[in-house]
Amino acid sequence: MTTHPGTAAHDMPHGDEAVGHVVPLPIYFAVFVTLLVFTGVTATVAFVDLGRFNIFVALTIAVIKASLVLLYFMHLRYSSRLTLLFVGIAFFWLGTMIALTMSDVVSRGWFGAAGLG
Amino acid sequence: MWVFLVTEILFFGGLFTIYTVYRSLYPHAFGHASSTLDLTLGTTNTAVLIGSSLTMALAVHTAQVSRNGRLIALFLCATMLLGGVFLGIKAVEYAQKFHEHHVPGPYFHWEGGDPQHVELYFSLYFVMTGLHALHMVIGEGVLAVLAIMALRGRFGPSYFTPVELTGLYWHFVDIIWIFLFPLLYLVERHS
Repeated sequence: MTTHPGTAAHDMPHGDEAVGHVVPLPIYFAVFVTLLVFTGVTATVAFVDLGRFNIFVALTIAVIKASLVLLYFMHLRYSSRLTLLFVGIAFFWLGTMIALTMSDVVSRGWFGAAGLG
Repeated sequence: MWVFLVTEILFFGGLFTIYTVYRSLYPHAFGHASSTLDLTLGTTNTAVLIGSSLTMALAVHTAQVSRNGRLIALFLCATMLLGGVFLGIKAVEYAQKFHEHHVPGPYFHWEGGDPQHVELYFSLYFVMTGLHALHMVIGEGVLAVLAIMALRGRFGPSYFTPVELTGLYWHFVDIIWIFLFPLLYLVERHS
């Protein structure tokens, strides 16, 4: 991942040697083009009536785009497992928050409980 | 930096949760309100922000492999420029919304049905895009400082941590927009 600024000087005994994983430039450009293509696709598909699947298509494309940014632009693919675990936990919590909240909203009135619905 | 970004994910996550709840309750009001947004400007802005992420990644890459401070500064300035274009387009969109009286508050006006639910959508629209824009303004300031440091030859393969961390922040802000775009602009466009 990253080195602390204070210790950076000690980590570079060999002068201008590259630190961390250097992603080849073609990968950056390929990711950039893919992101643009997906942006075009999601804006176009929105006008096709897929019923309730429109939102699933839109979100699937958004998740793919976000994953590409995370894996390549943010170097997550080349990061330590600890970093991966950390990011994974963040999205797990986000999912938990939305899922538990929605389980309340969606199930209101199912059993005719007083004061709800 | 990742620790900070995790708190940011949950910070924005609260808003995404509110959005999910109210969109599930009032899907059609959200659809009508979303269709008033300018899709051309929104799509352009998405592309502009992706471009700024590319130049940011190139700035980090340059700092990783060379001591060329001018080139690093050039990529940082390109990122700032694209970020500025994004904020400019966002300002045009906001101005349109003020002009159309779609801004929640005493002057809110809506001809169609469910004005209260539509107003709710626009409240979320302004809070979410506003918070996102605030993050970008902060990012622009950090990039400016980095560009000056790069010109002074502070960065190279031995020390590029500030560039790398700012890159993580900038890409994170891009990811937020990647979700905001379909959720705010692309609701029931087909109807």
